[in-house]
Amino acid sequence: MAASTETQVSGAQASAPPPPRRRRRWPLAPYLLSAPGLALCAVLLLVPLVMTFLLSLNSFSFYGGIQNVWQLGNYADIIADDYFHEVFLRTFRIAALVTLLCAVFGAPEAYILRRMKSPWRGLCLLIVLGPLLISVVSRTLGWALLFGSTGLVNQGLMGLGLIATPIEFMYTETGVVIALTHVLVPFMVLSVWASLQRLDPQVENAALSLGAGPLTVMRRVVLPQIVPGILSGSIIVFALAASAFATPAIIGGRRLKVAATLAYDEFLNTLNWPLGATVAVLLLIANIVIIVGCNRLVERRYKQVFE
Amino acid sequence: MKGEGDDGMAYLVLDQLTKRFGNWTAVDHASLTVEKGELISLLGPSGCGKTTTLQMIAGFLDADGGRVTLDGKDLLAKKPNERGLGIVFQSYALFPHMTAAENVAFGLEMRKINRADRERMVADALKLVGLEQYGDRHPRRMSGGQQQRVALARALVIKPSLLLLDEPLSNLDAKMREEMQIELRRIQRTVGTTMILVTHDQSEAMALSDRVVVMNKGRIQQVATPQDAYDRPANAFVANFLGRTNLLPGMVGAGAGGGTVITVADSVWPVAQEVPAGPGALAVRPEKIGFVDAGGLSGTVLARVFQGTQWLFEIETAAGRLMVIRQHDGSPLPAERERVMVGWRPQDMAVMPADPDTASGVREAA
Ligand SMILES: Nc1ncnc2c1ncn2[C@@H]1O[C@H](COP(=O)(O)OP(=O)(O)OP(=O)(O)O)[C@@H](O)[C@H]1O
Ligand SMILES: [Mg+2]
Repeated sequence: MAASTETQVSGAQASAPPPPRRRRRWPLAPYLLSAPGLALCAVLLLVPLVMTFLLSLNSFSFYGGIQNVWQLGNYADIIADDYFHEVFLRTFRIAALVTLLCAVFGAPEAYILRRMKSPWRGLCLLIVLGPLLISVVSRTLGWALLFGSTGLVNQGLMGLGLIATPIEFMYTETGVVIALTHVLVPFMVLSVWASLQRLDPQVENAALSLGAGPLTVMRRVVLPQIVPGILSGSIIVFALAASAFATPAIIGGRRLKVAATLAYDEFLNTLNWPLGATVAVLLLIANIVIIVGCNRLVERRYKQVFE
Repeated sequence: MKGEGDDGMAYLVLDQLTKRFGNWTAVDHASLTVEKGELISLLGPSGCGKTTTLQMIAGFLDADGGRVTLDGKDLLAKKPNERGLGIVFQSYALFPHMTAAENVAFGLEMRKINRADRERMVADALKLVGLEQYGDRHPRRMSGGQQQRVALARALVIKPSLLLLDEPLSNLDAKMREEMQIELRRIQRTVGTTMILVTHDQSEAMALSDRVVVMNKGRIQQVATPQDAYDRPANAFVANFLGRTNLLPGMVGAGAGGGTVITVADSVWPVAQEVPAGPGALAVRPEKIGFVDAGGLSGTVLARVFQGTQWLFEIETAAGRLMVIRQHDGSPLPAERERVMVGWRPQDMAVMPADPDTASGVREAA
């Protein structure tokens, strides 16, 4: 009885009009407060982007330098040239492969990490995040030392008699993919980790109690719930892999160009700035199209998990 | 009778089951025998180890000591997914990415039941809990009570022989709760499902259970039929936990006539239970106390309050204050500040040792 009276009372209070809030006084406040952030964004992001785009419309001749004309010649050149096709295709092949490998290694890694006990968990997390703490140049040089034809891996394999001639890692796509996966896997782990935090461990127990084996629990219960984490991790990894510079530059070298190293070379070696800018703009557009497209696709498929 | 020593039909047996978290003992040497088809309720204050006990039976927590046998077989040796128990979790633990119907169907899929049968059973189970309209909703789009009913349907649909229910009705409105209680009772009667029910609702436990288990701080205080636990609490904790009671200090000793008696202030009561001589306590419910002319405990009426159908008295006696409830039936009742004598039938009282530590493991700070 007492409980029901109380609910009635609180119900009546809830339906009373709320006290008028004092927010009319500063209609501009939200804009003023976000102004510094917006300004920073504009100066540091928008302006360089627009300038890069404008630059990509200029033309370039070997003797005359940059001509201040507005045309789409650079875009036409790139679209017509097989060499550029190859570089872009390679870039996205590498990025897709790296994303796939990161998902395959990163998601289970995060799951295992979550199940670890306290002191080990922190230690292993540190090891996983390790690559992010080491400068990109020294890390990549480390890989180069490990992978070179006289490097540790090849020496070891030959010493064991498993191979007769050294396997080429340097200046190959395989090498670039391995090195990029190593450095980008932490992003996947962190992203999946975040979605695992929201997982109720009792839900796995519920599946067990209903007779599901551990593998079925993984496939039917855990995996569908961490798809959002894998997806957002994939977006980060894909974007970073497609625009990576240092790793492909050192491991891929001159011979194995990707879009980022190509743009760099156009800027600094050929000094064809407009063409370099065009490569950069195209890379950006392709990146956005692929990421937004994939995101839409998966989001529709796993709608209920995303709310 | 379903007494404690009767293990002729023992189905689920907990033997000295213990669980520690660090140096905190959540379940302390709990022993319990449940018969086949019995409905047993675990009662106790929050944090007394009810969920922990169920989780050990289910296999989600490893016991630190003791044994559990189900139908004579060692249960702790089996993996959780091979125990075949039905469980309703306190937090529901529904699969958020599946619809209500898919949630209910999951256990049937694992049992490889064909699609047609499965769909029929799922529909029946959802109908049973009044959710036939909600089959294709996801848990996040359901109210707490609806989610709880999906959890109930999911556990019932696999027709387990042992059902562990961790506050399965806590989120339902009064009417729905009553319906579900009747449903649980019907399933228990007709299918013969053994059920262990955790509940905070004492009247629910009293109404549904064959026996209640009262726990405190990880220890089982008493296992008895609801009526026994209410009328003859084993110790002060149980007496206080189940409804309102008067606890009066006294002295247990040999009576003039040969039997054991307890002396409370100026009154003497025969003791039927086995209680060691020495300081003791007497528990008696307020509604069991009446006003007598002689042979009772004398005191003064401090206050009397009219509550519609009954009168509430507070009486000051040499053994402390006590509460008396009398029906408002027209019989003459004492006024405030009047000298009175109160008494009760010896079978309406329970006597227990005064020192809580000697009473089957109560560790009250006192
Ligand atoms: N994982 C854990 N780690 C440490 N202590 C725990 C853990 N789980 C439970 N406990 C402790 O064990 C005790 C028993 O918990 P349990 O969940 O069994 O209580 P309960 O009787 O189900 O309570 P409630 O009625 O509130 O659900 C509590 O004091 C709790 O703090
Ligand atoms: Mg609990």
